[in-house]
Amino acid sequence: MTIMENPAGYITADGRKIGGTLMDLRNITLRFGGVTAIKDISFDIREGEIRAIIGPNGAGKSSMLNVISGFYVPQEGEVWFRGQRRGQMRPYQVARLGIARTFQNIALFDGMSVLDNIMTGRLTMMKSNLLQQAVWRGAAEREETAHREKVEKIIDFLEIQNIRKTPVGRLPYGLKKRVELARALAAEPNLLLLDEPMAGMNVEEKEDMSRFILDVNDEFGTTIALIEHDMGVVMDLSDRVVVMDYGRKIGDGTPDEVRNNQAVIDAYLGVAHD
Amino acid sequence: MIYREAGDFKASYRADGQTFPLRLDRTAYWALLAVAFLVVPFVITDYWATSVLVPFLIYAIAALGLNILVGYTGQVSLGTGGFMAVGAYATYKLTTMFPDVSILIHVVLAGGVTALVGMLFGLPSLRIKGFYLAVSTLAAQFFLIWLFNKVPWFYNYSASGQITMPERTVFGVLVTGPSTSAPAKYLVCLGFAVILAWLARNLTRGTSGRKWMAIRDMDIAAEIIGVNPLTAKLTSFAVSSFMIGIAGALFFAVYLGAAEASESFGINKSFLILFMVIIGGLGSVFGSFAGAAFMVLLPVLLKNVLVGGMGWPTDLAAHIELMIVGALIVFFLIVEPHGLAQLWRLTKEKLRLWPFPH
Repeated sequence: MTIMENPAGYITADGRKIGGTLMDLRNITLRFGGVTAIKDISFDIREGEIRAIIGPNGAGKSSMLNVISGFYVPQEGEVWFRGQRRGQMRPYQVARLGIARTFQNIALFDGMSVLDNIMTGRLTMMKSNLLQQAVWRGAAEREETAHREKVEKIIDFLEIQNIRKTPVGRLPYGLKKRVELARALAAEPNLLLLDEPMAGMNVEEKEDMSRFILDVNDEFGTTIALIEHDMGVVMDLSDRVVVMDYGRKIGDGTPDEVRNNQAVIDAYLGVAHD
Repeated sequence: MIYREAGDFKASYRADGQTFPLRLDRTAYWALLAVAFLVVPFVITDYWATSVLVPFLIYAIAALGLNILVGYTGQVSLGTGGFMAVGAYATYKLTTMFPDVSILIHVVLAGGVTALVGMLFGLPSLRIKGFYLAVSTLAAQFFLIWLFNKVPWFYNYSASGQITMPERTVFGVLVTGPSTSAPAKYLVCLGFAVILAWLARNLTRGTSGRKWMAIRDMDIAAEIIGVNPLTAKLTSFAVSSFMIGIAGALFFAVYLGAAEASESFGINKSFLILFMVIIGGLGSVFGSFAGAAFMVLLPVLLKNVLVGGMGWPTDLAAHIELMIVGALIVFFLIVEPHGLAQLWRLTKEKLRLWPFPH
């Protein structure tokens, strides 16, 4: 048994503590009509780790993330979260479990300001009722100030102070990606899912984003599962990597193990599939 | 040069989140309220009340309600006329059943009844969107009007099929019926308009408003960050219908005095109020008032200019007036598709930099 399979957790080379299993995906199969997007895949995500899912185009990575976030319900297999089997849930119920995500093609609310967009990340924690909100007294007002304070911390953290009141629709692409990360962080998630956080960015923006992802993991101890195409980024950021191809899992392990895995090399460099 | 945020520092999140962040805006707002409550009632004439201010305020309330649904939540509704009718008939039934209870309470209760009816007709919005939802709310419009014409219980079996508002007083002052004074009518409508605008503003800047706008801008993402679309859409329908119901109640009780469902609350009303919302500005409390003012004041103004100023015959003026109003609507929508509220916002932004825009 290697150190990584220790159920109680371990300490990484850079001194971060990785805990036990947070999410366990068991024999997941997902079909869309006749197309099998995911075929019998199992892997786990541990508390505090950065887990990457990689694979060529059409491998089923985004579908996998959608299964984790509860947007797709797999036909077969079980999703275990924090030691409990997750039944069929609506996406807003999954959000209440503490799973937040960003999207491949940004899904922000264009008509709202950056501040309001990030505040929506905290909606699940708002407890005031309609009447209190209507007269803006009591819980409604206290809540607004308390959550604004938390949101301002995230705004500071991601260095977007100057665009707080700008409508999101007017922002450039790179900043939108950052605001979307802020919105997901505002939910204080146990598990943060990032769908290609660096797609379409230049080197400098990628470096910024990588730094934010590492900082989030380091400062808040947030568990992160991400999909990314930039191999350099994936290998540097992640603790463990799952490799998918044609809906199957072809590799799983540390970046080094994956890099030397023959099946992975074949999938990326291309051999004849039988 | 006076209109600046410079020197107007905010030391708390509460101060930063207020409706009018600039001091001049706040002063202007309170001054406007003071004039509306303390000066206008003393100078208002019957003409100004019945053809300008009272319809303006009532339509503004209706537009405010519809704006919450269409502008903030993105659910198109063509059932406004029908929901106003619910408010009107609920007031009529309540006040004839319990004549001793204050009419103000009945009007609010009528809003509550309309909220329930609105939620019922809002249920299809969970499955259908956009134009298709508009068509299903159209069903509400026709069904409700048909119901109020068909079932005599609603109009207390009166021979004409009309409902007629009995005389009711608030603090000893007559507020409904044909002999009501102009200031009384005006103050009742103003009171409701101001309170409802304040409630609408609070709801839209807080948690509920964010849920509604999230649903409007991207419903899938809204659900994934934890917004339950069922409750968000239904509360929007409820709040919206509550306000529209109150508008309908006031329209019947204070403004018309007597009403017949298909004539006073027909499909034309639904379109008129939808136009107010679109011209005024979707997703803006100010826009609801601006749109109502535009649609109510413009015809009156044109009539005065054409008939009073230029001496045209009344029938000719009436036709020309329709054309001019139509042309102006098109003109405004081309110049500023986001409505009068956006025009106002841009003006204010320019004013902050004036006279040195660089």
